[in-house]
Amino acid sequence: MADLLDLSVAAAAAKIAAGEVSAAEYGAAWQAAAAADDLNAYLWTADEGSFAEPDWNGEGESAPAGAGEATPYGSNGPAPADSGPLAGVPIAIKDIFTTQGIPTTAGSKILEGYRPPYTASAVRKLTAAGAQVLGKTNMDEFAMGSSNENSAYGPVRNPWDRGRVPGGSSGGSAAAVAGGLAPAALGTDTGGSIRQPASLCGIVGLKPTYGAISRFGMIAFASSLDQCGPLTRDVTDAALLLGVLEGKDPLDSTSVGLDGGISMPTLESLAGLRFGVPAEIADAALDPGVRAVFEATIARIEELGGAVAEVHLPHAEHGISAYYVIAPAEASSNLARYDGVRYGRRAGGDGDLVEMYEATRSEGFGAEVKRRIMLGTYALSSGYYDAYYGQAQKVRTRIAGDFDAAFEDVDLVVTPTSPSVAFGLGEKTADPLAMYLNDFFTVPMSLAGIPAISIPAGLAAPEGAADGAPRLPVGFQIAAPAFAEQKLLEAAHALEGALGFAAAAGDAAPWKGGAGG
Amino acid sequence: MIDREQVLHVARLARLRLDEAEVETMAGELSGILGHVDRIRGLDLAGVEPTSHVVQLENVLRDDVAWTSLPSAVALASAPEPFEGAFRAPSPQADAD
Amino acid sequence: MAELEAVIGLEIHVQLSTRSKMFCGCAVSFGDEPNVHTCPICLAHPGVLPVPNEEAIRSALKIGLALDCEIAPRSIFHRKNYFYPDNPKAYQISQYDVPICGPGRLGEVRITRAHLEEDAAKTIHVGASGRIHGSAASLVDFNRAGTPLVEIVTEPDLRSAADAADWARLLRETVRQLGVSDVNMEEGSLRVDANVSVRPAGSTELGTKTELKNMNSFRFLQRGIEAELGRQREVIGAGGRVEQETLHFDPASGDLTPLRSKEEAHDYRYFPEPDLVAIAPTAAMLAEARESLPELPAARMARYEAELGLDEAQARLLAGDPEQAGYFEAVVAAVGEAAEPRVVANWVTGDLTAALRASEDAERPEAGPLADLIGAVASKQVSHAGGKQVLAILVADGDADVAEIVEREGLAQIGGDDGELAGIVAAAIAADPDAAQQIRSGNGKAIGAIVGAVMRETKGRADGGEVNRLIREQLGM
Ligand SMILES: [Mg+2]
Ligand SMILES: [Zn+2]
Repeated sequence: MADLLDLSVAAAAAKIAAGEVSAAEYGAAWQAAAAADDLNAYLWTADEGSFAEPDWNGEGESAPAGAGEATPYGSNGPAPADSGPLAGVPIAIKDIFTTQGIPTTAGSKILEGYRPPYTASAVRKLTAAGAQVLGKTNMDEFAMGSSNENSAYGPVRNPWDRGRVPGGSSGGSAAAVAGGLAPAALGTDTGGSIRQPASLCGIVGLKPTYGAISRFGMIAFASSLDQCGPLTRDVTDAALLLGVLEGKDPLDSTSVGLDGGISMPTLESLAGLRFGVPAEIADAALDPGVRAVFEATIARIEELGGAVAEVHLPHAEHGISAYYVIAPAEASSNLARYDGVRYGRRAGGDGDLVEMYEATRSEGFGAEVKRRIMLGTYALSSGYYDAYYGQAQKVRTRIAGDFDAAFEDVDLVVTPTSPSVAFGLGEKTADPLAMYLNDFFTVPMSLAGIPAISIPAGLAAPEGAADGAPRLPVGFQIAAPAFAEQKLLEAAHALEGALGFAAAAGDAAPWKGGAGG
Repeated sequence: MIDREQVLHVARLARLRLDEAEVETMAGELSGILGHVDRIRGLDLAGVEPTSHVVQLENVLRDDVAWTSLPSAVALASAPEPFEGAFRAPSPQADAD
Repeated sequence: MAELEAVIGLEIHVQLSTRSKMFCGCAVSFGDEPNVHTCPICLAHPGVLPVPNEEAIRSALKIGLALDCEIAPRSIFHRKNYFYPDNPKAYQISQYDVPICGPGRLGEVRITRAHLEEDAAKTIHVGASGRIHGSAASLVDFNRAGTPLVEIVTEPDLRSAADAADWARLLRETVRQLGVSDVNMEEGSLRVDANVSVRPAGSTELGTKTELKNMNSFRFLQRGIEAELGRQREVIGAGGRVEQETLHFDPASGDLTPLRSKEEAHDYRYFPEPDLVAIAPTAAMLAEARESLPELPAARMARYEAELGLDEAQARLLAGDPEQAGYFEAVVAAVGEAAEPRVVANWVTGDLTAALRASEDAERPEAGPLADLIGAVASKQVSHAGGKQVLAILVADGDADVAEIVEREGLAQIGGDDGELAGIVAAAIAADPDAAQQIRSGNGKAIGAIVGAVMRETKGRADGGEVNRLIREQLGM
């Protein structure tokens, strides 16, 4: 079966469409792989329950068709379209997306046992294109984290080294793809939650332009930043999934879609493309191994005919500060609905209302979620709004302005994705601020709402590791102007081909049964 | 930076109950994070428009058409304490009537 | 001590009568079984997003234009954060510093703003019996949650409880005529809260205000404000100070009791709603709203007085009822030069209303027949009393022909040159010599007996003035 699982999504879908591979056989192979999860990547897999349509009203009836596209009701299956670009392809879904009748927890105890009455638009897009829900992947609680250690259901292991984190918050999705437990996965990115785990797990992670993909049914962390995107083995698969997922959704006022859609990237040369390297990277805190891979990648870009120039993002260094005001502020409001009244967990039901609220929320939320709710509530509270929230929004304006200025001179801006390779489990949990700094390179793009992709660019030894210690993947981030996804994917595709990461990683790659496998 | 009293006040606003140890830890951690965040408070950004949205859209509206609502059994299926077609919650004051 | 003047402002929540809710497609309803109009969005399930109802925006624009408000070129929604079981997201989507409708005016009262927001769910508090465990509980019904509301806030321009109630009636009539709300206070589709304070007459400073809630009729609004004004005057008279608080008015007892607030700290942590984009009414949206505005009560009343010569009472009566006003105008048009609009107004608001009330089966006649009748009476072809008889037949049989009724019932006015009326008058005088003698000797009231006799004899077909004239003529006066 191994050769079936080696196929990229694009290749498998093509073979299924051509009748060379049976969709049932392909699906069963992935179900078996997912069921053998030893990374704690999944919180639910399809083998725990059928794809059968959930019971709508307790009388065995299925959900009404409603008024078509505009209603939130519809099925996850059972019979996905047998045609469509993803016909027969099972996909792992981050547990932040609602799936009707299938447990959805967002990694939190407060939603333990919750089965949503509706399905997220992004998931419906995938199933309408023929895909199946392979499983729901583990994640940092409510997407708050950069290591996946904030899941109420235990940390996810990095398939390259089980003693290390996969990154977060889409850690389960990244580990599933890197660990050979899923051909592709859906994740979400608020400040780096797709790109950073993709980087730490040696796969491709794409955060599209804010508004490219509907957020409806994506459990909100920070509404003005959250964006859904694919985690895949290669750039072509990322393009394939983005093409299916993008689009304006009548259920999401802030969705725009991508004009003209997405076509499969074919670019092989970078001639004529201008790449901007922020001058500020010179002074940034960066592991030497990561810096070396970054510089080698810049050299490859030039070899491929790309022009490299220095750009300035003077406000990017304040990105973390602005982000850790804006995101917690929005989160404090978004997470207020978990109050034990309508769904989810309730505690302290014998007391009065305030007692019930406090017991439910204090027992239901983990430490990081509480920390951010506190931070956000404080930043919005009377007397502090202007100093924190108002000021952070102005920094956001400046950061977006910096990118606008840079894109006057270059087509794309490149940075390392993460300042380090995968770190050890428990290594940064005691220092929230140190953890937050993981997002240093990814947060500015989130604040500006522009698309960015992380592709695996090489391997590096962890800082301070003994000589000969196993090397771990290093991601390379490329950002483009808003809605310039096609250009971004073309450049990433050309660079990916030149870097030949998968071949270079060789037997070390976990999907080859390598490191730690 | 942020003291015990402020932590307790904010926790109350957020409907979180923190025990003694948590209050101490929280005060320390929040102070540390705010210490970092405070760098932006010193930036001169007078006259800069705040960005609450990167999407440049206006008037995204829905036609006034009624859709099929959830059957009440489905609406109540996930309720911790359904009661005769309604969601039951404790009273605002335990001693009320 | 200086007289204490009342200073009153109102806050009015108008529930819009759209088909669907403000941010989801659930039907707007009243009085249905609990929780049958809900969906993941209005139950605030994880992951849902709001999308505003276009009709609600249109209704808000109509209200804003009817209240002469400045319409914001670009308004945004904010989140108002507080925990309560009737508030499913734990924030209400409302508008804060940039409402859709800015300053305006209705009659004598300045409007501060009018903004869009969503209604809360309905909560019923039940005692221990409704619960497995010991204590009392709230039962929450989310049918109402998310119903669109327009909140209208006035400046403190009202100076008495009666004025406040009168103005609130004018506002209700105005909103009702826009067709955007049922404006039913008992059902809660119109909710009026009052901000009440007192200050020394002539002062321009504002005293400490209290907020009055739960006055679900205009009568209670007036009584509640009166009670609170009395209480405040007493407090100040006794050397005390009014505390800023929210009070609940109990119409049964007349008591005002302080409400415990939902959020003791009152820190709503407003911030711009990131799930929604701005509302920027286009020229087309504004033009459409403007064109759809009916003539509103205040304007219609002024026109009736100035152009049609109606007195204030008549004008107010007609302008307050657009349906009747439309009918009135149709009759005026059909009457043309044959009678003054004032006379038409008397028929429509007086005789016709009485005739319609007289019988359950009565139906309002078409404008044409009523106009014919008014013309016939004005030109003395039919007496006023005869006209009322014709009207009784018209309301029983809507499309009847007035001339035919007059003919059939023999109601044509008697008089003129044929001498028939003069003969009847002569007979009546002869039959009552006492009365004739008294009239001659200067007792004017005695003429009534002879007029009555003539009217009986003619079955009301004679004109009273003409009969009077003939009696005096025949008595040589
Ligand atoms: Mg309000
Ligand atoms: Zn709804």
